[in-house]
Amino acid sequence: MAGPANEVDGLGRCQGGKGLEFLQPTSLTEALELKAAHPGAVPLAGGTDLMVDLNFDRLRPEAMLDLTRIDELKQWWPHDDLIRLGAGVSYTRLVSEIGEYLPGLAIASRTIGSPQIRNRATVGGNLGTSSPAGDALPPLLAAGAEIEVASAGSSRRMPFRDFMIGPKKNALAPEELIVAVHIPKARGPQQFSKIGTRNAMVISVASFALAIDAGTRAISCAIGSAGPVILEAPEADEFIESSLEESGAWDARSRIDNSVLQRFGELVAQGARPITDVRGTKAYRQHALAVIAARTLTWAWDDYMASA
Amino acid sequence: MRIELEINGDTRSADDVWEGESLLFVLRERLGFPGSKNACEQGECGSCSIYLDGNLVCACLVLAGQAQGARVTTVEGLAEDLDLHPVQEAYLKAGAVQCGFCTPGLIMATHELLERKAQPSDAEIREALAGNLCRCTGYEKILDAVRLAAKARA
Repeated sequence: MAGPANEVDGLGRCQGGKGLEFLQPTSLTEALELKAAHPGAVPLAGGTDLMVDLNFDRLRPEAMLDLTRIDELKQWWPHDDLIRLGAGVSYTRLVSEIGEYLPGLAIASRTIGSPQIRNRATVGGNLGTSSPAGDALPPLLAAGAEIEVASAGSSRRMPFRDFMIGPKKNALAPEELIVAVHIPKARGPQQFSKIGTRNAMVISVASFALAIDAGTRAISCAIGSAGPVILEAPEADEFIESSLEESGAWDARSRIDNSVLQRFGELVAQGARPITDVRGTKAYRQHALAVIAARTLTWAWDDYMASA
Repeated sequence: MRIELEINGDTRSADDVWEGESLLFVLRERLGFPGSKNACEQGECGSCSIYLDGNLVCACLVLAGQAQGARVTTVEGLAEDLDLHPVQEAYLKAGAVQCGFCTPGLIMATHELLERKAQPSDAEIREALAGNLCRCTGYEKILDAVRLAAKARA
């Protein structure tokens, strides 16, 4: 269907001078075969990131591989103590159907874009884009999620921290597709917070996710939009775990001292590796992280104190 | 490529659709449905909001081929003949329309909200309309219109 270079069609639209094949498999097997045959094909789910690049002539791949006709990718189900979330489940469905099992991811999902965006966008898409500002990603890291990817004839699973390897870079091979995410069901309160210029439709300037495991008395933090990848904050995790242990707060279900909250915020900010860019300065991001980390911990701990 | 889909209850088709173009472009420029507005082309403004198989989406973010065989409702499909839909009536009565460019998208978002939640709270209205930008009204009259439309259903 290609026109000559930079042809303007009868409707005045530049077609970018390049042919573009549209591939629309109806099963995962077919999709993986197509990906093997067209490694340059760009997988497309809800389109909320990629269509912007297509509309603005920033993306002209040899082919688009539409994944929205593949029912297998739109399913989720519990297995053991995990949820297997198909890569193509929309955020709207995630919030309404699975939110009770994955509260941290559900809270983050509800802040993504707008209703129109959440009706189309998927966790698989957030993973494929691998932006440090992807709002679904910190909750995945905090919850200890694993990513399932497949190619024709094989599949593999890896922890999120091995999947995302840089800004907009991940461990996906050219012939592979993201199939599902395996996320442990919450074993305690989870929370998420982000900073931006308004509530809807923002790209996070900084974000923070926290998961409490009430059984093992462990706390896991994840920092978004303040480093080349989503970052863990092991020093903050260890500090808050031992503070709560020493003060007897786990059993007493008592409030966390302000000095402890403040130190926790400082350790989170120190664990970040932010840059200064168009959305915020390095100093602002560090300050914001200290604030939202303490606030997020307070919310999650309030939930813990209220639980029987 | 050829695209065939159902729009507002009728089967429509377009030939010679470029594989890289959006559903919004097909609707507006190839099939004569200019009600869905083209403003930002990046999902920010909500002016192109339509129903795609029952879900409210930005038509600019749907690749044309993804809508193959789909059921689409545009703002043109809400009124029955010359009788405006109650949501449209409410926007008129409340004075929620100034330049009018954002109105079709806001009407679609309001329609979707009231189908889902007939008597929404103000917080629910704000969340439901968060994907639609208006640069004229300051939104107060728009919120009035949604409340009026909800009242008309009660």
